[in-house]
Amino acid sequence: MTQVWDTLPQVLIDGLTLGAIYAIIALGYTMVYGILELINFAHGEIFMAGAFIGTAVLIGLTGLGWVAVMPAIFILLLVLVITGGLTGMLGMGIERLAYRPLRKASKLITLITAIGVSFLLQDIVRFITETQQNNYIVNTPSLFPGSLSISGLNIRYSFLVVIIVAILMMIALEFFVNRTKWGLAMRAVAQDQDTASLMSVNVNKVISVTFFVGSALGGATGVLFAIHYGTIDPYIGFILGLKAFTAAVLGGIGNIRGAMAGGMLLGLLEMFAAANLSAITAGLLSSEYKDVFAFAILILVLIFRPEGLFGRAAIEKV
Amino acid sequence: MALAMTSTLALGFLAACGNTDSASGGGSSSETVKIALQAPMSGGSATLGEAIKNGAAMAVEEEKADFEEAGFSLELVEYDDQGDPQKGVSNAQIIGSDQDVYGVVAHLNSGVFIPSSEVYERYNIPSVSPASTATDVTDRNLKSVNRIVARDDFQGPAGAEYAVQEIGAKKIFVINDKTAYGQGLATAFAEAAAEEGAEIVGEAGITVGEKDFNGVLNQVSSADPDLVYFGGLYSEGGLLIKQARDNGIDAAFMGGDGMDSSTLVEIAGDTVNNVYLTSVAGDSSATEFAKNYEEEYGAKPESFSIYGYDSAKVLMEGILDAAKENGGKLPAKDKVATAVRAIDDYEGEMTQVSFDDKGDNEFAKIFIYKFDEASYPAKIQGEISQ
Amino acid sequence: MKKILEQIRGNKWLQLGLLVGYIALTSLSLILAQRSVAAFLLLLLSFLLLYYTKLPNWSKWAIGLAIMFFILPFSAMQGPAYQEYMDVATLVGIYVSMALGLNIVVGMAGLLDLGFVAFFAVGAYTYGIFATAQASNFMPFGTYPLSGNSFWIFIILGCFVAALFGVLLGIPVLRVKGDYLAIVTLGFGEIIRIVFNNMDQPVNITNGALGLSSIAPPKIFGIELLYSNQIYFVVLFILLFIIFAVRSLEHSKLGRSWKAVRENEIAAQAMGIPLVKTKLMAFAIGASFSGMMGVVFAAKQAFIDPTSFTLLQSINILVMVLLGGMGSVPGVILGAAVVTILNAQVLNELTMWFNSLSTAGIITLPDAMSPVKMQRFFFGALLILFALYRSKGLIPAKNVVYDKRKFLSEKGTKKRLQSVAAPKEDEHGNTGS
Repeated sequence: MTQVWDTLPQVLIDGLTLGAIYAIIALGYTMVYGILELINFAHGEIFMAGAFIGTAVLIGLTGLGWVAVMPAIFILLLVLVITGGLTGMLGMGIERLAYRPLRKASKLITLITAIGVSFLLQDIVRFITETQQNNYIVNTPSLFPGSLSISGLNIRYSFLVVIIVAILMMIALEFFVNRTKWGLAMRAVAQDQDTASLMSVNVNKVISVTFFVGSALGGATGVLFAIHYGTIDPYIGFILGLKAFTAAVLGGIGNIRGAMAGGMLLGLLEMFAAANLSAITAGLLSSEYKDVFAFAILILVLIFRPEGLFGRAAIEKV
Repeated sequence: MALAMTSTLALGFLAACGNTDSASGGGSSSETVKIALQAPMSGGSATLGEAIKNGAAMAVEEEKADFEEAGFSLELVEYDDQGDPQKGVSNAQIIGSDQDVYGVVAHLNSGVFIPSSEVYERYNIPSVSPASTATDVTDRNLKSVNRIVARDDFQGPAGAEYAVQEIGAKKIFVINDKTAYGQGLATAFAEAAAEEGAEIVGEAGITVGEKDFNGVLNQVSSADPDLVYFGGLYSEGGLLIKQARDNGIDAAFMGGDGMDSSTLVEIAGDTVNNVYLTSVAGDSSATEFAKNYEEEYGAKPESFSIYGYDSAKVLMEGILDAAKENGGKLPAKDKVATAVRAIDDYEGEMTQVSFDDKGDNEFAKIFIYKFDEASYPAKIQGEISQ
Repeated sequence: MKKILEQIRGNKWLQLGLLVGYIALTSLSLILAQRSVAAFLLLLLSFLLLYYTKLPNWSKWAIGLAIMFFILPFSAMQGPAYQEYMDVATLVGIYVSMALGLNIVVGMAGLLDLGFVAFFAVGAYTYGIFATAQASNFMPFGTYPLSGNSFWIFIILGCFVAALFGVLLGIPVLRVKGDYLAIVTLGFGEIIRIVFNNMDQPVNITNGALGLSSIAPPKIFGIELLYSNQIYFVVLFILLFIIFAVRSLEHSKLGRSWKAVRENEIAAQAMGIPLVKTKLMAFAIGASFSGMMGVVFAAKQAFIDPTSFTLLQSINILVMVLLGGMGSVPGVILGAAVVTILNAQVLNELTMWFNSLSTAGIITLPDAMSPVKMQRFFFGALLILFALYRSKGLIPAKNVVYDKRKFLSEKGTKKRLQSVAAPKEDEHGNTGS
């Protein structure tokens, strides 16, 4: 028991980092689901693509010599903006090519297309990487090396960067959705597509913008992930995407604040389980079960409270 | 639909009109000798798989002249097992049905070699592994299965002995990657270390493909060991070392032969100091082989490249021996298997080879390495023989 | 040209003749050119052609069985690649059965299940644990490993255990719909795999990541079935049983309830269909087919470990169902055959062909793009293309057409009066076998 208490602060910090990453990816899922009622299975891969594009840009900038000259924060902003833009366009492209033609089709078919896109992206990144260097594991140069030590707690600088950037992105999204005209249009389309189009909202354009914003955020998170963990491969998107989706469901799908809360909560729970499961269960279950933990939460939420923590129960009408 | 029928009829005609050369060596030339190779050329161990392939390819090139003299034309056929047991077995079936294959340089992953070897045994094709270390590979007493490297139940205890006696570790935390190889090695190590008198302060498992090990590392910090042992591969090992050092864990690290790769250094970067490694692969950087390898492939050899080379050469030695006994003609495959098993004093580039009655190499050694700086290969500290 | 096609289309005997000629041709070319994968595939294609001919059902079945039991093994037997082809054929048989199982869950009942490989794992481990010394770790009685004679009992046992797991999976997810169901089942599949990977402490049930090796091969009348060609016949028998079961289910009350539930759950409930029972039956039956094949798989491979039961396998089977046509039995069989052969043979052959091209210096394909590694790419592309342009699959599911006139005619009325409780269906001649 003392072990649990002693390590709690460190677990909190590690959990918050993981949670912040889950939260922003969950935002992408929840926005798309709110508008189209579609689980964008490929969103995890967009996050992964962002990590790779960001690494490529960073390596390019290092080659150009900019990294040595400019302060790390500026470089980070530059990489975030470039990557966000590119992944946003990737997301829009996918919507246009793979989802728009299927808007009238059944959910099953769209889900299957999404799985197909996800596989395609994974393999494209894999063989681009493998052609460049024999391996598909890529190492990202570290922008913020070093850490703070406060009373036994180890706080890496990159952790602070990730948290602060994540919070800023979430605040920016809140502002965008609740205070701007485009945000208003998005909320309208999410509520009722046909009425919104009667109110002269260009539904197709709004959907494209939603995908752009969601994917840009996802791609930016990818960059943060790459900088924090330092090593990426084409398969990180899948499991992370699944867990972020769990977070979105946990918070209430379609609900932006819910997604943020769900992500943070899931990150903390998972880190807690990884660090303490064997201590709590006296060696019966150990840290390999932390993935099972996340899935178990998903299943429990879907069975007992399908609308999530912050959502409103939807009554199915005939 | 009827059009499809007609066109398929036409295709049928074409197929009938002789497609005999789609097979490599239409099956009737009794002078082709093929050495097959199965290794993971894609996936998390691709670096090592490619290294084995390159080594074997070099060996085959060198022996071509000798085989021509004896009247045979020698070829290497390579298959990618993708580190997947099912793929390994399917490829093994293809290898088995190819009549010209007389030996297999078999696999990196023990988990792939074990099921595939059942297929090789059925066809009596001798297999020699340059890198599979799990005990189950030879413990099944199959007549055609051999390996030239040491076993995990030798590697684990050798590492434990070094850890307790040379490094002086009294509290050890053991992590494994929940694969057949990683778990087997870590268990062998932990048992031997406990016997040597060290205290195992904790055990944990991680998943292959994970990137965030902070949870497990939290457990490590609270247990405060002198040494952390990791049974697993370089992709997770590198990250584990890096994150541990970043979290302020200064304890020494020790790993098995799965960590013996240049990619480990790439991933861990400067944090790779104070890391020990037991490997079944010796340091080949000073050999003639390394020079030739670099000339041929433009890169330094990996740890297992030279073992791929030696495995192929041992197989070819066995084939030539059996052919001599058969009066200069191609022998039956089970005679080749017996001849390979009977080898008891082959001098390879890196290791002497003598197979015991289970197929293990009596001259296999364990090498201890240490990383002091971010460069590969590491510095050799010692070697332990059986 | 058109006239000839018209003639062929109209004349049954001409079709029969052409078909027999085609089969003879391809099997002959297989015998002569042993390593020609193309010939083997063309022989398999004869099944598809058989499906499209207008011969009466019984003769189609007779010809089909003849090819499966005699012609295929016989022509492959004439050369060294025999076991390789039989191995592919066995794999096709295993995957066709699993795809038929998933077809019931996804295609007929409309429940998207992405964790289907879990039932396969359950079946495989059921046999594996008892056919190796593993069971002695926790069973208080009996001597293990059980001999291969118990294989036959285990097929039935595997069937029931998997069905049980199917029901256990089904109960919690009864209320979950659509996309959520997909994710939940995906979660279950992963959970089962992780649990099997870790079930070696405190009681060693599955031997964890090390897997179970040296699983006893099936024994019948004292002969051990070691080779692919022998397992092939076992698989064939089980496959025929499964096809028979699926066809009867499809045209039964249960099958129609599934289709109703798939189209609109609330309307189905309003019509008095017991939702819970229908969904659970779908899960159970689909799972049981997988379980049976899991037992066969374990016996065939002689070694199983959790890495054979990943998500990629589940998606594999889903691709087969989608490609073939959801809900359509012949379609799913075709889809499963195509995907398995793609995986097992075509990609390999393509890679070797590309390799030989690059050694000849014609094109050099970078190693990273070799077709064997591009499996995910092809699958992804296939999924997208099919979902966009041919979402009904290669052989779409057909609804049974009732000919009103025939049904209401004298003969029909007499038949109806005779079997009032269970009316017999009257199939239009054209809806295939």
